Amino acid sequence: MIEIKELCTKLGEFRLDDINVAIDKNEFFVLMGPTGAGKTVLLEAITGLIPVQKGCIYVGGKNVTTLSPEKRGVGIVYQDYSLFPHMTVRENITFGLRYNKIKKETAKERLNRLVKNLSLENLLNRLPTNLSGGENQRVSLARALMIEPLVLLLDEPLSALDPRFREEIREDLKKLHKDSDTTFLMVTHDFAEAISLADRVAVMNEGRIEQTGTTEEIFRKPCSTFVADFVGMKNLFAVHFSGTEARINGLEIDIGYTPPQRCSYIAIRPEDIVLSVKKLDSSMRNSFCGVIKALIDRGLYYEVWMEAANTVFKATITKRSLFELSLREGMNIFFSFKATAVHIF
Amino acid sequence: MKVKEPFFWVNISCGIIIMVFIVLPLVEMLTAPSLSMVKETIKDKDVLRSIWLSIYTAGLAALFSFVFGTPLAYILARTDFVGKRLVESIVDLPIVIPHPVVGIAILSVAGKNHWLGQLFSDLGIRIMGSVTGIVIVLTFVGLPFYVNAVKNGFESISPRLENVSRSLGASMTSTFFRITFPLAWRSILIGLIMCSARAISEFGAVVVVAYHPMIAPVLIYERFEAYGLAYSQPVAVWLVSLCLVLFFVLRILTLRTGKSS
Ligand SMILES: Nc1ncnc2c1ncn2[C@@H]1O[C@H](COP(=O)(O)OP(=O)(O)OP(=O)(O)O)[C@@H](O)[C@H]1O
Ligand SMILES: [Mg+2]
Repeated sequence: MIEIKELCTKLGEFRLDDINVAIDKNEFFVLMGPTGAGKTVLLEAITGLIPVQKGCIYVGGKNVTTLSPEKRGVGIVYQDYSLFPHMTVRENITFGLRYNKIKKETAKERLNRLVKNLSLENLLNRLPTNLSGGENQRVSLARALMIEPLVLLLDEPLSALDPRFREEIREDLKKLHKDSDTTFLMVTHDFAEAISLADRVAVMNEGRIEQTGTTEEIFRKPCSTFVADFVGMKNLFAVHFSGTEARINGLEIDIGYTPPQRCSYIAIRPEDIVLSVKKLDSSMRNSFCGVIKALIDRGLYYEVWMEAANTVFKATITKRSLFELSLREGMNIFFSFKATAVHIF
Repeated sequence: MKVKEPFFWVNISCGIIIMVFIVLPLVEMLTAPSLSMVKETIKDKDVLRSIWLSIYTAGLAALFSFVFGTPLAYILARTDFVGKRLVESIVDLPIVIPHPVVGIAILSVAGKNHWLGQLFSDLGIRIMGSVTGIVIVLTFVGLPFYVNAVKNGFESISPRLENVSRSLGASMTSTFFRITFPLAWRSILIGLIMCSARAISEFGAVVVVAYHPMIAPVLIYERFEAYGLAYSQPVAVWLVSLCLVLFFVLRILTLRTGKSS
C-alpha cells in the first residue's frame, strides 16, 4: 500500500537517509525510535508536507512523490489532536467530505458508525476546546477516518493522554483498524502499544531505518546493537566467538550454534536471566557465579547487577523474589540463561 | 505591617508621575472648552468635513493594508526564506522615518519628473493636494502596524491545523479560507484598528502632501495658528474622542485574545 524507495531529504541540519519501507494493504505498521530520529519528518514526507529530494513514495500503487498533500489519500492524526477550534465536533468530523466525492447516504452511514464506535454521540455539537484529551483524540480519529484515506498516519496518538484513556483509545484503534480497509502507520515510543497493535515494526535512528520486522523479530532478534539497546537488551557484550561458544574475559557462553562470520556481539534480555542462591540443576547450559554489585529499584521490579569475570550482567527480578532470595549487595549469586536467549549480531 | 524600602517608594512615585504626565494634559484639553462650544463646533461644516475625511481616508488606508498586507503577513508567518529579515525590516521602515520625510519621499515619486508620477498624471490621478494623496500617505504609515499584528496572529495558529486540513483533501486556498482566516480574524481586526488609529493621528506626512483637503489634524493645526488655543481645542476634543473609541475597541479585543490563548 505504501512503498518508499531510497527516500532522502534534508531539513536544516537533519537528513533522512535512504529510507526503504514497504507496507502492505490494511497492515498496522509501527514506527519506533528515540526522540529526534526523524519519525515525524518521515510521516510529513509521506503526506507531502515537506519536499523530498531523492527517491519515490508510492501510495496504493501510485507514485505520489510530487503530488500535493490533498491529492495523496493520506490522512494524519497528530499527538496534539489538532482539532479545528472554531468548529464543532460534527463540523470537524465532516470537514473533509466536500473534497472527497462521497455519497450523502454513505457519508451519513459512516458518520453514524464512527460516532457509535468512538462513543461521540453526546459531543457532536460541542466545541473541541473543553473536551478531555481522550475525547479530543477520538474526534481527531473520526475526522481522519471519515474520508476513508488509503493510509492513516498516526504521530504518537496516545502519548499525550493519561494512562487511563490510553488503553481505551488503543482498543479503539485496534477496532477501527479491523473495521476499515485503511492501512495504519503509527509512531510510538511505547513498547506495550507496539506489541499490542503492530503487525510489523520499524526502528529508526538518526534518519535511517535500522530494522524492519515483526514485533517478535525486533524484540527477540535485534539485528544491530542500536536496536538491541533500544528495545531494552541491557546485556550487550563485545565477544570473541569460537565454535559454538562466545568468550568474554574468560567466560564461556554456549550459544548453541556457530555464528556467522561478521558477528561480534551478543545480547541477553535481563528478564531471560534466572537468579538462584545455589547452583541450579537445570537444562540451562549457561550458569555462572557472580557477585551482586547493585540492586536498583525500578518501581515494579528490581534490577540486579552482578559481576563475573570483570563483566557486569543485569537481570530483573520482582520485589517479592528479591526478598525471598534475600539478596544483598556483595553476596554471591548464580545466574543462568538458555543458549537460545543469547542474541548474536 | 512590613516596612517598605525606599526603592519601593521611588518606583511608585515614578509611576504616579508618568500617569499624571499622560492624563493631565489630555483631561485639561478635553475639559477646557465648554460643552456648548463643543456642540457648536460640530455644526461647523469645515470641522465636520475634516473629521469625516479623516475617518474615511484612515478607513481606506486600513482597507488597502488588509488587501495587500494580509498575504505578505501570511508569507512572513509561514515561510522561511533568504532575505526574510530584510523584508521584515523594510516593512518596519515607515515606523522610524520622520513624518515630514515620508511626505517628501512620496512626493518625490509622485512628481512630474518621475516616471511613476508621469504615469499617474497621464491616468488623471492627482496625488499632490488630493484625497488619493492622503490615502497613499496614510497607508504608508499604517501598513507596518497592520502587517505585524496580522503576522503575529498567523504565527499563533499551529501549521498542523493547516496540514490536517490539507490531508483531508482541502487545497491551500480552501484551507486558508476555512481554517487560517477564521482563526486569525481577531488579529486581523486588531491590525485594522491599529493601522487606522495610526493613520488618523498622522499630521506631518499629510501636511506635506495635502494641506487641502483638510484632514482633522491639519484643521486643528490651522485653527491653532490662526485663532489660538481656544479655537483649536473643541475640534481636538472631537478627534481625541474618536481615537479613544478606536482605542477602547482595540483594548477589548486584545484582552479577549489574551484570555483565550
Ligand atoms: N522544519 C524543520 N527544519 C529543520 N529541522 C527540522 C525540521 N523539522 C524537524 N527537524 C529536525 O529533524 C530532526 C528529527 O525530527 P522529528 O520531529 O522527525 O523527530 P521525531 O523522531 O519525530 O522525534 P520525537 O519522538 O521527539 O517526536 C530533529 O533533529 C529536528 O530538529
Ligand atoms: Mg515526532
